[in-house]
Amino acid sequence: MEPLERYRSIVDDFDAFLAACERPLGNAVRVNTIKASVERTLAALEEEGVGYEQADWNPRVLDLETDSPGSTWTSFHGFTHGQEEVSAVPPVVLDPEPGERVWDCCAAPGGKATQLAALMDDRGTVVANDNNLGRISALRFNAERLGATSLAVTNADARNYSLERFSFDEFDRTLVDAPCSCEGTIRKNPDALDNWSEGHISSVAGIQKGIIRRAIQATREGGAVVYSTCTFAPEENEAVVQHALDEEDCRVVDFDIGLEHAPGLTAWDGEEFDSSLEHAARIYPHQNDTGGFFVAKLEVTAE
Amino acid sequence: MSDGADGSAGDDDSERETNDGQRFDRLPATAAERTVEGRATREDVVEYFADRFAIPPETFDDYTFWEKGAGKIWIYAGEAPTPIEIEAIGMTCLRTRQEHWKPTTDFAQRFGRAATECVIDLEREEARRFVAGEDQEIERWDGDWGYLIAAHEIAGERESLGVGLYVHGELRSMVPKGRQRDLEV
Repeated sequence: MEPLERYRSIVDDFDAFLAACERPLGNAVRVNTIKASVERTLAALEEEGVGYEQADWNPRVLDLETDSPGSTWTSFHGFTHGQEEVSAVPPVVLDPEPGERVWDCCAAPGGKATQLAALMDDRGTVVANDNNLGRISALRFNAERLGATSLAVTNADARNYSLERFSFDEFDRTLVDAPCSCEGTIRKNPDALDNWSEGHISSVAGIQKGIIRRAIQATREGGAVVYSTCTFAPEENEAVVQHALDEEDCRVVDFDIGLEHAPGLTAWDGEEFDSSLEHAARIYPHQNDTGGFFVAKLEVTAE
Repeated sequence: MSDGADGSAGDDDSERETNDGQRFDRLPATAAERTVEGRATREDVVEYFADRFAIPPETFDDYTFWEKGAGKIWIYAGEAPTPIEIEAIGMTCLRTRQEHWKPTTDFAQRFGRAATECVIDLEREEARRFVAGEDQEIERWDGDWGYLIAAHEIAGERESLGVGLYVHGELRSMVPKGRQRDLEV
Protein backbone atom coordinates (compact mmCIF):
# COMPACT_ATOMS: atom_id res chain seq x y z
CA MET A 1 0.00 0.00 0.00
CA GLU A 2 3.08 2.26 0.33
CA PRO A 3 2.81 3.74 -3.21
CA LEU A 4 -0.71 4.96 -2.44
CA GLU A 5 0.69 7.38 0.20
CA ARG A 6 1.36 9.87 -2.61
CA TYR A 7 -2.42 10.40 -2.90
CA ARG A 8 -2.95 11.35 0.77
CA SER A 9 -3.36 15.03 -0.17
CA ILE A 10 -6.00 14.45 -2.86
CA VAL A 11 -8.24 11.71 -1.40
CA ASP A 12 -11.00 12.65 1.04
CA ASP A 13 -10.96 10.41 4.13
CA PHE A 14 -7.66 8.82 3.19
CA ASP A 15 -7.81 6.27 6.03
CA ALA A 16 -11.15 4.93 4.77
CA PHE A 17 -9.60 4.78 1.28
CA LEU A 18 -6.64 2.69 2.53
CA ALA A 19 -8.91 0.43 4.57
CA ALA A 20 -11.13 -0.20 1.53
CA CYS A 21 -8.07 -1.03 -0.60
CA GLU A 22 -7.24 -3.82 1.86
CA ARG A 23 -10.68 -5.44 1.67
CA PRO A 24 -11.36 -8.04 -1.06
CA LEU A 25 -14.07 -7.33 -3.63
CA GLY A 26 -17.35 -9.20 -4.11
CA ASN A 27 -18.25 -11.14 -7.24
CA ALA A 28 -19.72 -8.67 -9.71
CA VAL A 29 -21.26 -9.69 -13.02
CA ARG A 30 -22.86 -7.75 -15.83
CA VAL A 31 -26.11 -8.93 -17.40
CA ASN A 32 -25.52 -9.51 -21.12
CA THR A 33 -28.71 -8.22 -22.72
CA ILE A 34 -27.68 -9.68 -26.10
CA LYS A 35 -28.65 -13.06 -24.65
CA ALA A 36 -31.32 -12.31 -22.02
CA SER A 37 -33.18 -9.46 -20.37
CA VAL A 38 -32.32 -8.38 -16.83
CA GLU A 39 -35.72 -9.72 -15.67
CA ARG A 40 -35.13 -13.18 -17.15
CA THR A 41 -31.56 -13.31 -15.84
CA LEU A 42 -32.75 -12.49 -12.31
CA ALA A 43 -35.45 -15.17 -12.60
CA ALA A 44 -32.82 -17.70 -13.72
CA LEU A 45 -30.57 -16.82 -10.79
CA GLU A 46 -33.50 -17.19 -8.38
CA GLU A 47 -34.38 -20.57 -9.88
CA GLU A 48 -30.77 -21.61 -9.34
CA GLY A 49 -30.74 -20.34 -5.77
CA VAL A 50 -27.97 -17.79 -6.38
CA GLY A 51 -28.49 -14.63 -4.34
CA TYR A 52 -27.76 -11.26 -5.94
CA GLU A 53 -27.78 -7.55 -5.30
CA GLN A 54 -28.46 -5.08 -8.10
CA ALA A 55 -26.26 -1.97 -8.30
CA ASP A 56 -28.20 1.23 -7.59
CA TRP A 57 -26.71 3.08 -10.55
CA ASN A 58 -27.12 0.32 -13.12
CA PRO A 59 -29.70 -2.52 -13.02
CA ARG A 60 -27.47 -4.57 -15.35
CA VAL A 61 -24.69 -4.82 -12.77
CA LEU A 62 -25.13 -7.47 -10.07
CA ASP A 63 -23.15 -8.60 -7.06
CA LEU A 64 -23.58 -12.39 -6.86
CA GLU A 65 -23.60 -14.32 -3.60
CA THR A 66 -21.39 -17.13 -4.87
CA ASP A 67 -17.66 -17.75 -4.92
CA SER A 68 -17.73 -19.05 -8.50
CA PRO A 69 -19.89 -16.77 -10.67
CA GLY A 70 -18.50 -18.59 -13.73
CA SER A 71 -20.07 -21.89 -12.61
CA THR A 72 -23.69 -20.86 -12.91
CA TRP A 73 -26.31 -21.64 -15.54
CA THR A 74 -26.61 -17.93 -16.31
CA SER A 75 -22.87 -17.81 -17.04
CA PHE A 76 -22.98 -20.92 -19.24
CA HIS A 77 -25.79 -19.39 -21.30
CA GLY A 78 -23.93 -16.08 -21.53
CA PHE A 79 -26.67 -14.24 -19.64
CA THR A 80 -23.99 -13.01 -17.21
CA HIS A 81 -20.34 -12.06 -17.57
CA GLY A 82 -17.90 -11.54 -14.71
CA GLN A 83 -17.03 -7.84 -14.80
CA GLU A 84 -16.12 -5.53 -11.97
CA GLU A 85 -18.72 -2.90 -11.13
CA VAL A 86 -16.56 0.16 -11.97
CA SER A 87 -15.36 -1.53 -15.14
CA ALA A 88 -18.94 -1.23 -16.43
CA VAL A 89 -18.81 2.59 -16.13
CA PRO A 90 -16.82 3.68 -19.26
CA PRO A 91 -19.16 2.05 -21.87
CA VAL A 92 -22.17 3.65 -20.15
CA VAL A 93 -20.43 7.06 -20.29
CA LEU A 94 -19.56 6.54 -23.97
CA ASP A 95 -23.32 5.88 -24.51
CA PRO A 96 -23.23 4.33 -28.02
CA GLU A 97 -26.38 4.04 -30.17
CA PRO A 98 -27.50 1.05 -32.27
CA GLY A 99 -26.07 1.24 -35.80
CA GLU A 100 -23.04 3.37 -34.94
CA ARG A 101 -19.36 2.69 -35.65
CA VAL A 102 -17.52 2.36 -32.36
CA TRP A 103 -13.86 1.64 -31.67
CA ASP A 104 -12.66 -0.06 -28.48
CA CYS A 105 -8.96 0.43 -29.06
CA CYS A 106 -7.60 -1.56 -26.06
CA ALA A 107 -10.35 -4.16 -25.93
CA ALA A 108 -9.02 -7.45 -24.53
CA PRO A 109 -10.35 -9.42 -22.73
CA GLY A 110 -13.60 -7.97 -24.04
CA GLY A 111 -15.83 -7.13 -21.07
CA LYS A 112 -16.29 -3.52 -22.17
CA ALA A 113 -16.37 -4.31 -25.92
CA THR A 114 -19.24 -6.76 -25.46
CA GLN A 115 -20.94 -4.27 -23.14
CA LEU A 116 -20.72 -1.68 -25.96
CA ALA A 117 -22.26 -4.22 -28.37
CA ALA A 118 -25.07 -4.92 -25.88
CA LEU A 119 -25.76 -1.18 -25.41
CA MET A 120 -26.12 -1.00 -29.23
CA ASP A 121 -28.55 -3.98 -29.27
CA ASP A 122 -25.78 -5.79 -31.21
CA ARG A 123 -26.54 -3.56 -34.24
CA GLY A 124 -23.77 -1.54 -35.86
CA THR A 125 -20.01 -2.09 -35.79
CA VAL A 126 -17.81 -2.40 -32.73
CA VAL A 127 -14.16 -2.70 -33.72
CA ALA A 128 -12.48 -4.42 -30.79
CA ASN A 129 -8.72 -3.99 -31.10
CA ASP A 130 -5.86 -5.14 -28.95
CA ASN A 131 -2.12 -5.20 -29.54
CA ASN A 132 -1.61 -8.46 -27.63
CA LEU A 133 -2.33 -11.58 -29.66
CA GLY A 134 -2.51 -13.80 -26.57
CA ARG A 135 -5.19 -11.62 -25.01
CA ILE A 136 -7.11 -11.58 -28.29
CA SER A 137 -7.97 -15.25 -27.89
CA ALA A 138 -9.67 -14.39 -24.58
CA LEU A 139 -11.48 -11.52 -26.30
CA ARG A 140 -12.74 -13.80 -29.07
CA PHE A 141 -13.81 -16.48 -26.59
CA ASN A 142 -15.84 -13.97 -24.57
CA ALA A 143 -17.37 -12.34 -27.66
CA GLU A 144 -18.64 -15.70 -28.94
CA ARG A 145 -19.84 -16.89 -25.55
CA LEU A 146 -21.80 -13.65 -25.16
CA GLY A 147 -23.19 -13.91 -28.70
CA ALA A 148 -21.90 -10.55 -29.97
CA THR A 149 -22.30 -10.53 -33.78
CA SER A 150 -21.47 -6.85 -34.27
CA LEU A 151 -17.81 -7.15 -33.17
CA ALA A 152 -14.88 -7.10 -35.58
CA VAL A 153 -11.62 -8.04 -33.88
CA THR A 154 -8.26 -6.58 -34.96
CA ASN A 155 -4.72 -7.02 -33.65
CA ALA A 156 -2.72 -3.80 -33.96
CA ASP A 157 -0.99 -1.05 -31.99
CA ALA A 158 -3.69 1.57 -31.36
CA ARG A 159 -1.12 4.41 -31.57
CA ASN A 160 -0.76 4.11 -35.35
CA TYR A 161 -4.03 2.32 -36.12
CA SER A 162 -5.09 2.27 -39.76
CA LEU A 163 -8.74 2.31 -40.84
CA GLU A 164 -7.76 1.30 -44.37
CA ARG A 165 -8.90 -2.26 -43.69
CA PHE A 166 -12.52 -1.04 -43.32
CA SER A 167 -15.08 0.50 -45.66
CA PHE A 168 -15.38 3.65 -43.53
CA ASP A 169 -12.74 6.15 -42.44
CA GLU A 170 -13.85 7.39 -39.04
CA PHE A 171 -15.68 6.22 -35.93
CA ASP A 172 -18.69 7.81 -34.20
CA ARG A 173 -17.33 6.99 -30.77
CA THR A 174 -14.15 5.57 -29.29
CA LEU A 175 -13.34 3.99 -25.96
CA VAL A 176 -9.76 4.30 -24.74
CA ASP A 177 -9.57 1.98 -21.75
CA ALA A 178 -5.84 2.45 -21.59
CA PRO A 179 -3.18 0.04 -20.35
CA CYS A 180 -2.16 1.48 -16.98
CA SER A 181 -0.37 0.85 -13.70
CA CYS A 182 -3.60 -0.72 -12.33
CA GLU A 183 -3.36 0.73 -8.82
CA GLY A 184 -7.17 0.66 -8.61
CA THR A 185 -7.30 -3.13 -9.01
CA ILE A 186 -5.51 -3.78 -5.68
CA ARG A 187 -8.68 -5.25 -4.13
CA LYS A 188 -8.97 -7.82 -6.90
CA ASN A 189 -5.26 -8.44 -7.31
CA PRO A 190 -3.17 -8.03 -4.14
CA ASP A 191 0.04 -8.13 -6.25
CA ALA A 192 -0.99 -5.07 -8.28
CA LEU A 193 1.50 -2.77 -6.55
CA ASP A 194 4.45 -5.19 -6.45
CA ASN A 195 6.18 -3.76 -9.51
CA TRP A 196 5.06 -0.18 -8.92
CA SER A 197 7.54 2.58 -9.73
CA GLU A 198 7.40 6.18 -10.86
CA GLY A 199 9.43 5.10 -13.87
CA HIS A 200 6.73 2.64 -14.86
CA ILE A 201 4.05 5.31 -14.52
CA SER A 202 6.02 7.66 -16.72
CA SER A 203 6.60 5.07 -19.45
CA VAL A 204 2.99 3.89 -19.51
CA ALA A 205 1.83 7.55 -19.63
CA GLY A 206 3.79 7.97 -22.85
CA ILE A 207 1.90 5.07 -24.44
CA GLN A 208 -1.42 6.42 -23.15
CA LYS A 209 -0.75 9.81 -24.77
CA GLY A 210 -0.08 8.14 -28.11
CA ILE A 211 -3.28 6.11 -27.92
CA ILE A 212 -5.59 8.97 -26.89
CA ARG A 213 -4.28 11.15 -29.74
CA ARG A 214 -4.93 8.45 -32.34
CA ALA A 215 -8.40 7.82 -30.84
CA ILE A 216 -9.34 11.49 -31.30
CA GLN A 217 -7.96 11.56 -34.86
CA ALA A 218 -9.97 8.44 -35.77
CA THR A 219 -13.27 9.82 -34.40
CA ARG A 220 -15.56 12.13 -36.39
CA GLU A 221 -16.15 15.76 -35.50
CA GLY A 222 -18.92 15.87 -32.89
CA GLY A 223 -18.15 12.29 -31.89
CA ALA A 224 -17.20 11.17 -28.39
CA VAL A 225 -14.03 9.68 -26.91
CA VAL A 226 -14.04 8.23 -23.41
CA TYR A 227 -10.67 7.86 -21.72
CA SER A 228 -10.48 5.56 -18.71
CA THR A 229 -7.91 3.82 -16.53
CA CYS A 230 -8.07 1.67 -13.41
CA THR A 231 -5.44 3.73 -11.66
CA PHE A 232 -5.17 6.83 -9.44
CA ALA A 233 -1.94 8.37 -10.81
CA PRO A 234 -2.66 11.88 -12.20
CA GLU A 235 0.26 11.35 -14.61
CA GLU A 236 -1.82 8.61 -16.29
CA ASN A 237 -5.17 10.41 -15.99
CA GLU A 238 -5.55 14.19 -16.00
CA ALA A 239 -2.07 14.74 -17.52
CA VAL A 240 -2.91 12.43 -20.43
CA VAL A 241 -6.22 14.22 -21.09
CA GLN A 242 -4.39 17.57 -20.81
CA HIS A 243 -1.96 16.34 -23.47
CA ALA A 244 -4.93 15.52 -25.74
CA LEU A 245 -6.37 19.02 -25.16
CA ASP A 246 -2.99 20.56 -26.07
CA GLU A 247 -2.36 18.47 -29.19
CA GLU A 248 -5.75 17.58 -30.71
CA ASP A 249 -9.11 19.27 -31.44
CA CYS A 250 -11.30 18.29 -28.53
CA ARG A 251 -12.86 19.46 -25.28
CA VAL A 252 -13.74 17.82 -21.97
CA VAL A 253 -17.50 17.39 -21.44
CA ASP A 254 -19.61 16.67 -18.38
CA PHE A 255 -21.53 13.44 -17.79
CA ASP A 256 -23.74 11.91 -15.12
CA ILE A 257 -23.22 8.60 -13.39
CA GLY A 258 -25.10 7.52 -10.32
CA LEU A 259 -21.93 6.53 -8.47
CA GLU A 260 -20.26 8.63 -5.82
CA HIS A 261 -17.02 10.10 -7.16
CA ALA A 262 -14.54 12.95 -6.82
CA PRO A 263 -13.90 15.51 -9.60
CA GLY A 264 -10.80 15.31 -11.76
CA LEU A 265 -7.77 17.28 -10.56
CA THR A 266 -6.76 20.68 -11.92
CA ALA A 267 -3.25 20.55 -10.46
CA TRP A 268 -0.72 17.91 -9.41
CA ASP A 269 2.89 18.03 -8.37
CA GLY A 270 3.43 21.57 -9.63
CA GLU A 271 1.62 21.04 -12.93
CA GLU A 272 -1.66 22.87 -13.77
CA PHE A 273 -4.47 21.29 -15.79
CA ASP A 274 -7.38 22.89 -17.65
CA SER A 275 -10.30 23.71 -15.34
CA SER A 276 -12.61 21.53 -17.50
CA LEU A 277 -10.85 18.48 -16.05
CA GLU A 278 -13.15 18.90 -13.06
CA HIS A 279 -15.77 17.20 -15.28
CA ALA A 280 -13.74 13.97 -15.17
CA ALA A 281 -14.57 11.41 -12.48
CA ARG A 282 -12.22 9.84 -9.94
CA ILE A 283 -13.93 6.82 -8.40
CA TYR A 284 -12.29 5.67 -5.16
CA PRO A 285 -12.76 2.21 -3.54
CA HIS A 286 -14.25 3.57 -0.28
CA GLN A 287 -16.95 5.63 -2.02
CA ASN A 288 -19.06 2.80 -3.50
CA ASP A 289 -17.20 -0.28 -2.22
CA THR A 290 -15.72 -0.95 -5.69
CA GLY A 291 -12.32 -0.90 -7.36
CA GLY A 292 -10.74 2.43 -8.34
CA PHE A 293 -11.28 4.12 -11.72
CA PHE A 294 -10.76 7.33 -13.67
CA VAL A 295 -13.12 8.34 -16.48
CA ALA A 296 -13.08 11.42 -18.73
CA LYS A 297 -15.34 12.18 -21.68
CA LEU A 298 -14.16 14.21 -24.66
CA GLU A 299 -16.03 15.67 -27.61
CA VAL A 300 -14.11 15.89 -30.87
CA THR A 301 -14.29 19.47 -32.18
CA ALA A 302 -13.59 21.19 -35.51
CA GLU A 303 -10.01 21.98 -36.52
CA MET B 1 -6.11 -29.13 -49.45
CA SER B 2 -8.26 -31.25 -51.71
CA ASP B 3 -9.99 -28.24 -53.29
CA GLY B 4 -8.93 -27.79 -56.91
CA ALA B 5 -6.49 -30.70 -56.66
CA ASP B 6 -8.58 -32.95 -58.87
CA GLY B 7 -7.29 -31.34 -62.07
CA SER B 8 -10.60 -29.65 -62.80
CA ALA B 9 -9.00 -26.22 -63.25
CA GLY B 10 -9.13 -26.10 -67.03
CA ASP B 11 -8.80 -23.12 -69.35
CA ASP B 12 -12.49 -22.34 -69.13
CA ASP B 13 -12.51 -21.62 -65.40
CA SER B 14 -9.41 -19.50 -64.99
CA GLU B 15 -11.33 -17.29 -62.56
CA ARG B 16 -11.75 -20.13 -60.12
CA GLU B 17 -9.88 -19.41 -56.89
CA THR B 18 -9.15 -21.45 -53.81
CA ASN B 19 -10.12 -20.49 -50.30
CA ASP B 20 -7.52 -18.25 -48.61
CA GLY B 21 -7.31 -19.23 -44.94
CA GLN B 22 -5.73 -15.89 -44.01
CA ARG B 23 -8.67 -13.67 -44.82
CA PHE B 24 -12.41 -13.35 -44.55
CA ASP B 25 -14.39 -13.55 -47.80
CA ARG B 26 -18.08 -12.76 -47.85
CA LEU B 27 -20.16 -15.71 -49.04
CA PRO B 28 -21.57 -15.32 -52.56
CA ALA B 29 -25.34 -14.86 -52.59
CA THR B 30 -25.97 -17.82 -54.90
CA ALA B 31 -24.07 -20.53 -56.77
CA ALA B 32 -24.06 -18.37 -59.93
CA GLU B 33 -21.85 -15.82 -58.13
CA ARG B 34 -19.47 -18.38 -56.67
CA THR B 35 -15.79 -18.04 -57.62
CA VAL B 36 -14.25 -20.37 -55.02
CA GLU B 37 -14.89 -24.06 -55.57
CA GLY B 38 -16.68 -25.80 -52.74
CA ARG B 39 -17.58 -22.58 -50.96
CA ALA B 40 -21.07 -22.49 -49.43
CA THR B 41 -23.36 -19.70 -50.61
CA ARG B 42 -25.52 -17.47 -48.45
CA GLU B 43 -28.54 -19.20 -49.97
CA ASP B 44 -27.17 -22.63 -48.96
CA VAL B 45 -26.53 -21.51 -45.38
CA VAL B 46 -29.91 -19.88 -44.84
CA GLU B 47 -31.64 -22.88 -46.44
CA TYR B 48 -29.70 -25.28 -44.24
CA PHE B 49 -30.83 -23.52 -41.04
CA ALA B 50 -34.43 -23.46 -42.37
CA ASP B 51 -34.47 -27.09 -43.56
CA ARG B 52 -32.74 -28.61 -40.57
CA PHE B 53 -33.95 -26.46 -37.66
CA ALA B 54 -36.90 -24.52 -39.19
CA ILE B 55 -35.17 -21.23 -38.34
CA PRO B 56 -37.05 -18.67 -40.48
CA PRO B 57 -34.78 -17.30 -43.27
CA GLU B 58 -35.70 -13.70 -42.36
CA THR B 59 -33.87 -14.25 -39.04
CA PHE B 60 -30.69 -13.56 -41.02
CA ASP B 61 -31.86 -10.56 -43.10
CA ASP B 62 -29.57 -8.15 -41.26
CA TYR B 63 -26.51 -10.44 -41.22
CA THR B 64 -23.76 -11.33 -43.65
CA PHE B 65 -21.95 -14.68 -43.80
CA TRP B 66 -18.20 -15.07 -44.32
CA GLU B 67 -15.66 -17.87 -44.78
CA LYS B 68 -12.16 -17.97 -43.31
CA GLY B 69 -10.32 -21.24 -43.03
CA ALA B 70 -11.65 -24.24 -44.92
CA GLY B 71 -15.40 -24.28 -44.47
CA LYS B 72 -15.57 -22.25 -41.27
CA ILE B 73 -18.52 -19.86 -41.67
CA TRP B 74 -18.94 -16.68 -39.61
CA ILE B 75 -22.07 -14.57 -39.06
CA TYR B 76 -21.64 -10.79 -38.79
CA ALA B 77 -23.96 -7.83 -38.24
CA GLY B 78 -21.45 -5.00 -38.80
CA GLU B 79 -19.82 -3.27 -41.78
CA ALA B 80 -16.77 -4.66 -43.60
CA PRO B 81 -15.40 -4.82 -47.14
CA THR B 82 -14.62 -8.19 -48.72
CA PRO B 83 -12.04 -9.56 -48.50
CA ILE B 84 -10.73 -8.40 -45.14
CA GLU B 85 -7.74 -9.64 -43.15
CA ILE B 86 -8.56 -9.30 -39.45
CA GLU B 87 -8.69 -11.62 -36.44
CA ALA B 88 -12.43 -12.23 -36.23
CA ILE B 89 -15.70 -10.99 -37.67
CA GLY B 90 -18.87 -11.59 -35.65
CA MET B 91 -19.01 -15.21 -34.49
CA THR B 92 -18.35 -18.64 -35.99
CA CYS B 93 -21.63 -20.33 -36.85
CA LEU B 94 -21.15 -23.35 -39.11
CA ARG B 95 -18.65 -25.89 -40.47
CA THR B 96 -19.44 -26.70 -44.11
CA ARG B 97 -16.56 -28.65 -45.66
CA GLN B 98 -17.59 -32.06 -44.43
CA GLU B 99 -20.39 -34.44 -45.36
CA HIS B 100 -22.75 -33.16 -42.64
CA TRP B 101 -22.74 -29.49 -41.86
CA LYS B 102 -22.26 -28.70 -38.19
CA PRO B 103 -23.42 -25.57 -36.36
CA THR B 104 -21.35 -24.21 -33.46
CA THR B 105 -22.35 -24.25 -29.80
CA ASP B 106 -22.22 -20.45 -29.69
CA PHE B 107 -24.48 -20.14 -32.75
CA ALA B 108 -26.97 -22.58 -31.21
CA GLN B 109 -27.03 -20.53 -28.02
CA ARG B 110 -27.47 -17.22 -29.86
CA PHE B 111 -29.95 -18.20 -32.59
CA GLY B 112 -31.34 -21.54 -31.38
CA ARG B 113 -34.35 -19.82 -29.83
CA ALA B 114 -35.72 -19.42 -33.37
CA ALA B 115 -35.46 -23.19 -34.05
CA THR B 116 -38.54 -25.44 -33.88
CA GLU B 117 -37.23 -28.66 -35.47
CA CYS B 118 -34.36 -30.95 -34.48
CA VAL B 119 -34.38 -29.48 -30.99
CA ILE B 120 -34.09 -32.02 -28.19
CA ASP B 121 -35.46 -30.92 -24.81
CA LEU B 122 -33.40 -32.13 -21.87
CA GLU B 123 -34.35 -32.56 -18.24
CA ARG B 124 -32.16 -30.64 -15.80
CA GLU B 125 -29.90 -33.62 -14.95
CA GLU B 126 -29.53 -34.43 -18.66
CA ALA B 127 -28.70 -30.78 -19.31
CA ARG B 128 -26.08 -30.85 -16.56
CA ARG B 129 -24.41 -33.89 -18.14
CA PHE B 130 -24.59 -32.34 -21.62
CA VAL B 131 -22.90 -29.13 -20.41
CA ALA B 132 -20.19 -31.22 -18.71
CA GLY B 133 -19.43 -32.77 -22.11
CA GLU B 134 -20.84 -36.23 -21.36
CA ASP B 135 -22.47 -38.52 -23.92
CA GLN B 136 -25.73 -40.10 -22.79
CA GLU B 137 -28.28 -42.71 -23.86
CA ILE B 138 -31.55 -40.98 -24.66
CA GLU B 139 -34.11 -43.34 -26.16
CA ARG B 140 -37.08 -41.00 -26.48
CA TRP B 141 -35.90 -39.06 -29.55
CA ASP B 142 -37.79 -40.24 -32.65
CA GLY B 143 -36.77 -37.45 -35.01
CA ASP B 144 -33.85 -37.27 -37.47
CA TRP B 145 -30.42 -38.45 -36.48
CA GLY B 146 -27.46 -36.12 -36.83
CA TYR B 147 -26.76 -32.72 -35.35
CA LEU B 148 -29.46 -31.47 -32.99
CA ILE B 149 -29.84 -28.37 -30.87
CA ALA B 150 -30.01 -29.41 -27.22
CA ALA B 151 -32.24 -27.21 -25.07
CA HIS B 152 -33.70 -27.04 -21.60
CA GLU B 153 -36.09 -24.84 -19.70
CA ILE B 154 -34.68 -21.98 -17.68
CA ALA B 155 -36.72 -19.21 -16.04
CA GLY B 156 -39.89 -20.42 -17.73
CA GLU B 157 -38.61 -20.53 -21.32
CA ARG B 158 -36.78 -22.96 -23.58
CA GLU B 159 -33.09 -22.05 -23.92
CA SER B 160 -30.50 -23.65 -26.21
CA LEU B 161 -27.50 -25.29 -24.56
CA GLY B 162 -25.52 -26.11 -27.68
CA VAL B 163 -25.16 -28.73 -30.39
CA GLY B 164 -25.33 -32.48 -29.88
CA LEU B 165 -24.82 -35.38 -32.30
CA TYR B 166 -27.63 -37.93 -32.04
CA VAL B 167 -26.89 -41.45 -33.37
CA HIS B 168 -27.89 -44.98 -32.29
CA GLY B 169 -29.93 -43.80 -29.31
CA GLU B 170 -27.07 -41.72 -27.94
CA LEU B 171 -26.76 -37.93 -27.62
CA ARG B 172 -23.11 -36.90 -27.86
CA SER B 173 -22.29 -33.50 -26.46
CA MET B 174 -20.46 -31.27 -28.94
CA VAL B 175 -19.80 -28.55 -26.34
CA PRO B 176 -16.10 -27.63 -26.83
CA LYS B 177 -13.77 -28.31 -23.90
CA GLY B 178 -13.31 -24.63 -23.08
CA ARG B 179 -17.07 -24.11 -22.91
CA GLN B 180 -17.83 -27.17 -20.76
CA ARG B 181 -18.84 -26.52 -17.15
CA ASP B 182 -19.52 -28.63 -14.07
CA LEU B 183 -22.78 -27.13 -12.89
CA GLU B 184 -25.05 -28.08 -10.05
CA VAL B 185 -28.53 -29.30 -10.91
